[in-house]
Amino acid sequence: MNVPKPGRRSFRLNSTMESVCEVEAAADKLAAEAGLSEDERFHVTMAVREAAVNAVLHGNEYDPTREIAVGLENTGKALVFTIADEGRGFSPEAVPDPLAPENLLRGTGRGIFLIRSLMDEVHFRQLHPGTELTLVKHLEATGENK
Amino acid sequence: MGPELNRSETVLESAVVFNTSALSKCYNRNTNQGGNPVALTIASREVDGVTVLDLSGRITLGEGSVQLRDAIRDLITKGQKSILLNLGDVNYIDSSGLGELVSAYTTARNQGATLKLLKLTKKVHDLLQLTKLYTVFDIHDDEASAIASYK
Repeated sequence: MNVPKPGRRSFRLNSTMESVCEVEAAADKLAAEAGLSEDERFHVTMAVREAAVNAVLHGNEYDPTREIAVGLENTGKALVFTIADEGRGFSPEAVPDPLAPENLLRGTGRGIFLIRSLMDEVHFRQLHPGTELTLVKHLEATGENK
Repeated sequence: MGPELNRSETVLESAVVFNTSALSKCYNRNTNQGGNPVALTIASREVDGVTVLDLSGRITLGEGSVQLRDAIRDLITKGQKSILLNLGDVNYIDSSGLGELVSAYTTARNQGATLKLLKLTKKVHDLLQLTKLYTVFDIHDDEASAIASYK
């Protein structure tokens, strides 16, 4: 029996790859505690990692004076992750479709697509400055019967 | 029976080791000779004129992508035309790693070489399908048939 553990955790981290690993590890722990299947756990961890990479690399551009703000919450019905950077902001609509034949052999540009594919909900919010992503994985759709 | 001419394995790259405990959380506890956690190990062997790279660990931004890129570039520079990436022990890959596989494929192709994939884990298989990269690569489950496909 999976018993969700309500409660929100938030923290701020430097714009480094070590921070990406911290966020990934925290997401993996939350997903494991929520009793997600191995596949779902991988999806959540990967999506959160991609968002953290975007925040550190593209948003904050490894700038040591900028931080990323991370939130993790098991609401009982869903796992909710927020990852915010302090960068110039970006338009997700402007990201080229990585599945288009002309983009298929590109070496980059799959992160946002993967996040959207692996999570149940993805929301973008423009901060001033920065971008906040909210990633949601519904718990109802996962578990022992899936 | 698969062709196994030269089983001597050479570790191409000593993986980059980051000196923080945080990074080790990302790793799958592979260790190098010093016992430090490493992201990706790459071993090379020759089978019937095909260079097989046995990859183990993670191919992600800053952890395994660069090692893979350097290994492929090294083989291409040496004139190797037949390259088989054994991904059977790759347990994690991110968008950067997927991009690196694509870049390896196009780099090889542009130099007249052929790069194929062997033994995808379920995670990697699912991601290649999701991103439609499954249609790009020549993918094999069996090493002997993969080696034979180069002839």
